[in-house]
Amino acid sequence: MKERVAKDHIIRRVIAKILIPFIQLYALYVIAHGELGPGGGFQGGVILGSSIILYVIVFGIEEGRKRISQKVSDTLTSTGVLLYAGIGVLCLLAGGAYLEYSMLPLPTHKLASGLGIYGIEIGVGITVAAVMITLFFETARREDD
Amino acid sequence: MNIAEHLPILVIVIPLMSAIVIPLVGRINKLFSWYVTVFITLLSFVMSLSLLNTVISAGRISYWLGGWEPPWGIEYAIDYLNAFVLVIVSFIAFIVSLYARRSIEKEIDKSKVTTFYSIYMLFIAGLMGIIVTGDIFNLYVFIEIASLAGYALIAVGKRRDALMASYNYLILGTIAATFILLGIGYLYMVTGTLNMADLREKLPMLYESKVVLTAFAFFTVGLSLKLALFPLHAWLPNAYTYAPSVVSAIMAATATKVGAYAMLRIMFTVFKLEFDLHIVPVTQILIILSLVAIVAGSVIAIAQTNIKRMLAYSSIGQIGYIVLGAALANQTSMTGSLLHILNHGLMKGTLFLVVGVVVYKLGIEDIAGLKGMGKKMPFTMAAFTIAGLSMIGVPLTVGFVSKWYLATGALSAGMWFIIPIILASSLMTAVYFWRIIEGIYFAAPAGIHQPAFAGYGNPEPESQGSKQVDGFLPRDDGPPGLLIPTFILAGLCIFFGIAAFIPVSMAGQAATMLLGGM
Repeated sequence: MKERVAKDHIIRRVIAKILIPFIQLYALYVIAHGELGPGGGFQGGVILGSSIILYVIVFGIEEGRKRISQKVSDTLTSTGVLLYAGIGVLCLLAGGAYLEYSMLPLPTHKLASGLGIYGIEIGVGITVAAVMITLFFETARREDD
Repeated sequence: MNIAEHLPILVIVIPLMSAIVIPLVGRINKLFSWYVTVFITLLSFVMSLSLLNTVISAGRISYWLGGWEPPWGIEYAIDYLNAFVLVIVSFIAFIVSLYARRSIEKEIDKSKVTTFYSIYMLFIAGLMGIIVTGDIFNLYVFIEIASLAGYALIAVGKRRDALMASYNYLILGTIAATFILLGIGYLYMVTGTLNMADLREKLPMLYESKVVLTAFAFFTVGLSLKLALFPLHAWLPNAYTYAPSVVSAIMAATATKVGAYAMLRIMFTVFKLEFDLHIVPVTQILIILSLVAIVAGSVIAIAQTNIKRMLAYSSIGQIGYIVLGAALANQTSMTGSLLHILNHGLMKGTLFLVVGVVVYKLGIEDIAGLKGMGKKMPFTMAAFTIAGLSMIGVPLTVGFVSKWYLATGALSAGMWFIIPIILASSLMTAVYFWRIIEGIYFAAPAGIHQPAFAGYGNPEPESQGSKQVDGFLPRDDGPPGLLIPTFILAGLCIFFGIAAFIPVSMAGQAATMLLGGM
């Protein structure tokens, strides 16, 4: 029943397909621009996650899980945090304090600092997006069962 | 890079990262997640010991996160008090994780095992963070990490009641955390700093300010709720009763202790002793509340028929002792209070681990079901007896040492009326432990035991184990994987009761520091 409804609504499907790439591009922009302007990893991650949620709302849970399986979203959740903590540990290995980006072995301190924050924002973005998706699937699944 | 220099952050980051790695390795093999947990908790314990060693030899450690100088950056500050509590928490976390494998297999769903270890490590990372940090907002963040992980750990129990208990705790815990956050906000509003050492310098000129008084009130209520001081203890009994035994053990032995640690930090490091004594009568209030807790916890414990619930109420009484020692605020009583953080951790840890063995073997939690088990499970029951005697406060056990310090502390504070209350509470403790110990060794077993509820413990009683042969049960003790960790803790109950000078000297140093020698 639900599948049929989703397939029948061609307007919904087309609009979603048009919107999703732009939403994701915007999400990437917010993540990438985080340390300079408003936004950052968290906000960008939420936008990225909501693009997937939009897809699931329109095409149904089955389709959604085909694109992003439980395994993938769980792994992404861990990967993002690992990226964050890993950069912190890299700073330690480079001889600085934990999360002291400017000590990363790059040509200038400024570049190192910028790239360090950049990496961390990406890590935050990945985890937030994955957690958003997981939360949505978990709450949606209950109704289906 | 010099590893020793970075230990204060590594002791947090490594458990935190392992919490994320565990689900990944758990995909390969469920057992790997247990190996990682045991290895990381052992590593944390070794790192904590090394930190303690550094503090003893070189004094206070200050670590700047990201190289930012405090009070602007976040500082991790380790002195006698944190190092002492850190070693206790990491050690108990290690012992309980050793124990966890067999017990968890039985008490939670198979599909949740990997997640359990992940949350367990998150919980430990949160507790260690609370202990290590020297930044008051960071303290709040770690309190939230530990609490959220704690709610999940309680809810993982197989019974539906576990969900309700966890939910209650969630509501009350969130209120507590909100109060703490409000307190932090008010302090930040008037001082503009979040660093504990800096707050200590800046606050005295604002002690009369209404904002600071309000902040202190929020802290006191919020932290009392977190550590389950008597009238605010309502979340604790159900949480400990319905959680899996491993979770009850780790929470009873560490979580409330870390709450007590946070209270000591706020009362005596962020605020100075003069404030607690002269500006607001908080010490008097806490003395009265803790005495009520000591008596009420023991009285209610006597009435219980479920052994986990009895231990939970007994915990409420014991938390009273810890707060009492702190509120009396003299060198001896403070030493006693800090000792009791260690000692109660050891005793309650042992007792809950014993209950875990009983649930594993028999699937019961009834006190009546323990009758005659002295013959069937001699080692388990021996550990129970040691810890029980220690709870009563029999000499040569740890319970005696801390009660001695608390009683002499009360005398030197000139409050002799506290002594009869401590004595009465010890007698009541004797009542509720002795009736069990008597049943274990002198009563006839109660025939074939019915499991307390379906789907928990052994569904059908193991035939050779539970059949009664002329009032004599064949020996059928728990597996070594459960008994060895239990006995390590039980052994320490006696070891530190005899070699009391080791923890006493540590606690004494920490007490001197707290009472103004900082």
